[in-house]
Amino acid sequence: MRVKVDADSCQGQQMCSIAAPEIFGSDELGHATVLIEGDLPSELHAKARRAQANCPEDAIIIEE
Amino acid sequence: MSTLEENAGPVNDPTTDYNIFDPEFVRDPYPTMHEIRESKCPIAHSNRWGGSWFPTRYDDVVAIAQEHEIFTSRDIIVVPRAAAQAEGPYAGVAAPPITSDPPDHHWHRRLILPVFAPQSVAKYEQGTRDLCNQLIDTFIAKGEADAGTDYAQQIPVRVIATMLGVPTEMADEFTGWVRGVLEVGLTDPKVRLESRLKILNFFRQQLDDRRKNPREDDLITDLLNSGDKYPVTDQYVLGVCNLMLVAGIDTTWSAIGSSLWHLAQHPEHRQQLRESPEMWPTAIEELLRAYSPVTMARIVDRDTEFQGCPMKAGDRILMSFPAANRDPRQFDQPNEVILDREHNRHVAFGSGIHRCAGSNLARLELRVALQVWLERIPEFSLVDPASVTWAGGQVHGPRICRVRF
Repeated sequence: MRVKVDADSCQGQQMCSIAAPEIFGSDELGHATVLIEGDLPSELHAKARRAQANCPEDAIIIEE
Repeated sequence: MSTLEENAGPVNDPTTDYNIFDPEFVRDPYPTMHEIRESKCPIAHSNRWGGSWFPTRYDDVVAIAQEHEIFTSRDIIVVPRAAAQAEGPYAGVAAPPITSDPPDHHWHRRLILPVFAPQSVAKYEQGTRDLCNQLIDTFIAKGEADAGTDYAQQIPVRVIATMLGVPTEMADEFTGWVRGVLEVGLTDPKVRLESRLKILNFFRQQLDDRRKNPREDDLITDLLNSGDKYPVTDQYVLGVCNLMLVAGIDTTWSAIGSSLWHLAQHPEHRQQLRESPEMWPTAIEELLRAYSPVTMARIVDRDTEFQGCPMKAGDRILMSFPAANRDPRQFDQPNEVILDREHNRHVAFGSGIHRCAGSNLARLELRVALQVWLERIPEFSLVDPASVTWAGGQVHGPRICRVRF
């Protein structure tokens, strides 16, 4: 599993970094960044899905 | 149609005649929101207060927030402002970026976002913690306090004053001005205009002062000096100061107050937070969902039909994030506070390009205020549930909320 943030959709809600602080961070403007490049370890898959489900902007993309 | 007397009177059918300033709605708006949401008209309309639409379902509120070209932010208060506001030296001063539309919205927002990023607001945590402790020191020996007036009300105003580099000793004046714009002033155009003038006169002086005496690491100085990157005017900087004061005070004050009001009545939730401190981030989001303080407004740009509702250019729409956040189509058991709620896609801070710029600061203040309170006052209860008073309209939260411990 890999995660990406759609920069055009992200509005900096930060719900992803609250749900999954291991995976998501913040850039200078407070918009989401992905902290883990490449495949996510399996123990973080559930958190990635939770971050995606909690994003009010539908900005989290999960590739499996 | 803009005074309390003209717009009062009993509401028979909220889907056609809701009154957001009705005392019962101010105290507890959720039953009315539910009634509208589950009716045949989940987007209600009322002619009171100049007329507005009231979407109550999550999907509708979010769709309108995302359609910012049709549903503009040229005004964010649902009651039309007094004509006099369009006159005088501050006629063009709004509250950017919340009142901005694209394309200016982009730079209006770009300039202030870095100040509010999570890593930027972290520097206010210790000061906020100290402030909360000092406030509790003043009343803890009495065994009783007003969690609203003595605590919740005192916190955000001082944090914002610190951020703006203006005297925290003026906290009570700032609070009075902001209530004049957002609370009392919504139903009293004269108070609204007077309070606005006080705010803008004050910041006009602050701008002049920063020009003569620029400060290091100072938001107003930095904004005034941003002219090399963006077409910054005094009107813009005044507007940002106006927004930070008006939007940063009684919103977070209301969130802190509602959360304490909730915790006072739920010993099991106090216990959960004490025993499972890792739950705090999720608990804060849940309290924000269940007690979202802020309702915004949008102005319809051109005639349009939305979900069968014939909206005309100039119509006003109440953006009820509190109603959206209690929609059972989006949230299981929406009226229950579930501190470890896993799926919580709440829109307490709005959605789309106008997502609350201060959201990370608000979260920090809410968390620190509740953590310090529970550290110092682990057990407390309402003195008299019936004596709690509420502010409503577009910012909902308790004002007088006596607790004993």
